[in-house]
Amino acid sequence: MSVAHMSEHEREEAETHEQRALGFWLYLMGDAVIFALLFATYAIMIPGTAGGPTGKQLFELDNAAIETVLLLVSSMTFGFASLQVKAGNRGAVLAWLAITFLLGTAFVFLEVREFSGMIAQGAGPDRSGFLSAFFTLVGTHGVHVTMGLIWIVILGAQVALKGLTMPVASRLHRLGLFWHFLDIAWVGIFSIVYLPGLL
Amino acid sequence: MFGKLTIEALPFYSPIAAGGALVTVGGALLVFLVLTWLKAWKYLWTDWLTSVDHKRIGVMYIVLALIMLLRGFVDAIMMRAQQAMALNSGGYLPPEHFDQIFSSHGTIMIFFMAMPFMTGLINVIVPLQIGTRDVAFPWLNAVSLWLSAAGAALVMVSLVIGKFSTAGWTGYPPYSGIEYNPGVGVDYWIWAILISGVGSTMSGINFIVTILKRRAPGMTLMRMTPFVWTALVASVLMAFAFPAITVACGLLALDRLAGMHFFTNAHGGNMMNYVNLFWIWGHPEVYILILPAFGIFSEVVSTFSRKRLFGYESLVYATAAIGILSFTVWLHHFFTMGSSANVNAFFGVMTMIIAVPTGVKVFNWLLTMYRGRIEFHPSMMWSIGFIVTFVIGGMTGVLLAIPPADFLMHNTTFLVAHFHNMIIPGVLFGYLAGYMYWFPKVFGFAFNRGWGLGAFWCWLVGFYLAFMPLYLLGLKGMPRRMETYNDPTWQPYLQVAAFGAFVVLCGIGCMVMQLYVSLRDRNKTRDLTGDPFDGRTLEWSTSSPPPPYNFAVIPTVGDREAFLEMKEKGIAYQRPAAYEAIRIPSNTPIGVILGAFAFVLGFAVVWHIWWLVLAAGVVMFAAVIVRSSDDDNEFTMSAAEVKAIEDERFRVMGTRP
Repeated sequence: MSVAHMSEHEREEAETHEQRALGFWLYLMGDAVIFALLFATYAIMIPGTAGGPTGKQLFELDNAAIETVLLLVSSMTFGFASLQVKAGNRGAVLAWLAITFLLGTAFVFLEVREFSGMIAQGAGPDRSGFLSAFFTLVGTHGVHVTMGLIWIVILGAQVALKGLTMPVASRLHRLGLFWHFLDIAWVGIFSIVYLPGLL
Repeated sequence: MFGKLTIEALPFYSPIAAGGALVTVGGALLVFLVLTWLKAWKYLWTDWLTSVDHKRIGVMYIVLALIMLLRGFVDAIMMRAQQAMALNSGGYLPPEHFDQIFSSHGTIMIFFMAMPFMTGLINVIVPLQIGTRDVAFPWLNAVSLWLSAAGAALVMVSLVIGKFSTAGWTGYPPYSGIEYNPGVGVDYWIWAILISGVGSTMSGINFIVTILKRRAPGMTLMRMTPFVWTALVASVLMAFAFPAITVACGLLALDRLAGMHFFTNAHGGNMMNYVNLFWIWGHPEVYILILPAFGIFSEVVSTFSRKRLFGYESLVYATAAIGILSFTVWLHHFFTMGSSANVNAFFGVMTMIIAVPTGVKVFNWLLTMYRGRIEFHPSMMWSIGFIVTFVIGGMTGVLLAIPPADFLMHNTTFLVAHFHNMIIPGVLFGYLAGYMYWFPKVFGFAFNRGWGLGAFWCWLVGFYLAFMPLYLLGLKGMPRRMETYNDPTWQPYLQVAAFGAFVVLCGIGCMVMQLYVSLRDRNKTRDLTGDPFDGRTLEWSTSSPPPPYNFAVIPTVGDREAFLEMKEKGIAYQRPAAYEAIRIPSNTPIGVILGAFAFVLGFAVVWHIWWLVLAAGVVMFAAVIVRSSDDDNEFTMSAAEVKAIEDERFRVMGTRP
């Protein structure tokens, strides 16, 4: 719909959604500051193993690689969902959201399995400063992904019940920003936590 | 069932602590009874607590700030009294209680006095000055308010149930860690800050979007008022610095609750990391507080000198420069950490550099006054008192910026005198200037000038008496936060300082009287025009108090001093041929509900009542989901209703003498 054909009310609504998108970007930048500080904290705490296990002993490249693939592909499937929002194709949006949800759930499952495995062998977050920083950084990302999954369910329900109305589409747009942002944060985790930890 | 909470948590162990609890409970009970007696609960709920109107939210922020100012000041005067009498004796406060008092004083004054005061003033004034009807996210604004209130309530409730932190307002580990501080005090401190910090982050985002996206047509960035500019830069700092304190306090909470080792002595912890994280927020925070005050001074000085602000552009650039530089000086709070000489030198030099744009502003204000027709309104007096006093504080700051000098003065009362010398004139005087300047705009009647001037003089004189002796004591080597001491040469200085605190108390008394007298005389002093000071900016173009929609017709801006230009061109107060319907956000109780459950959540974490943590979290989550799924949260005020309000306004304006 071109601007010229919009009614006054529609234009106001479009402005509202533009403001919300900007607000959400600012929130993401604030969240990025949180991740940046957690990354910095992790980096300085790598030597703080207190005689406990190091990253080299704990991390498994296979697991981290599968997690990476799952999350990156989920970002792509979310992108397909966004394209279908533009096309106004409700069923396809729901299908792609469902696939994204499954990929994200698999990611969280692998992470929880990795964490519980480490805790079981006595390498929990209370073992050393290094492990505190590891669990907090990676766990913060995991909590974000979990929130994103809940958000996908809520918006999936809204798409099903309300259809692709302007407010719902605008919420999907912000969820997309959030989901892709988590991808970027994960790329940071993979390259700062897992790769150097194993090399 | 109740975690660590037992009957032992009530303060019957000490008469002074019990007294504090009694005053808190009694005060709350008194407010409750008065409201019930006035039958004001329904009005309060429908018109205020559930409101999403930026002006009402702003007023509620300022009410919170003034209440917490009283509480923080009681702490201050108790410390001054203790130090005045504690030579070779225990004074009247046991050490553990004294430690709680200086911790809560700092925490309250920064997080629950200064922050709400600033957020309140921005809320009330910025939308009016940029010519819009509300902030970008009105509901989020209410959530921010109620999260701040929840944090403040946690600090207050620690007076009654349990104890507050003894670790100072900065809460440095390892002392604030679980090993040395196993009680609940530090947890109260952490959760009060975490909860209100989320609110501040969201306020920052809200104001940035409001200022960037909702300005009236014609208001380019370089036509924004100085207050809007400083609010914008402060909001950017809020949005990007507050995450740092969230991380610092969050990791400390993990250390305390989950046995982690971020900041512990052993097990690979690194306590200096906390200090860095804390001050990465802490130094921008100083400018978050002070920049809006600079904006207020600029407005006030220009209005009451009857002159355009001198060097507007330099002031804008100076503000932006301070915003960026504020992230590059944090290490000057702990030169004694043991970083290398080069690191200390870098931060020392940056600290001196950041003083330059502040100096630029002092010249902006001085040259605005130069050859102006100055009117000595109380707001103007706060501004002049600020300029003189602040320059002294600035110079002692540059002195402390030299690392070798800082090593000698670190943690002495010289430092205490320095930062009070920045924050009392720079922040508090600014907010009080704004409070007295915009009061008639918000409430529609004059704010008594005599008592305002009385408050100013008592605060100014009291400030000098209270803090100049501390500079000298610091040079004599007195450490801060001493509950007792044995050097008799210190006592006379401390007695003068205590006397200064009593003079400030008189100033607070004047502020109470000012409110009382202004309210009493309100029918004689109505502001019928909405423009009592011959104002220059858009907030004066609407009625006092402004209607719910602020502007019946969104103004078109042609100049930096938009309203003055309209008055000069004779196009102010023009009425449109026809009014249009206006959409206004509806009130909602979800903000206050979220705040209430955030308080419950914080309280439950402090006392390890895990089922309650879960329950409160679920309620908050559900409330957010319900609200975020709601597509229709506005109502329409019809053109006829708007016309009726505007007709009444112009009728009243016609009756003015």
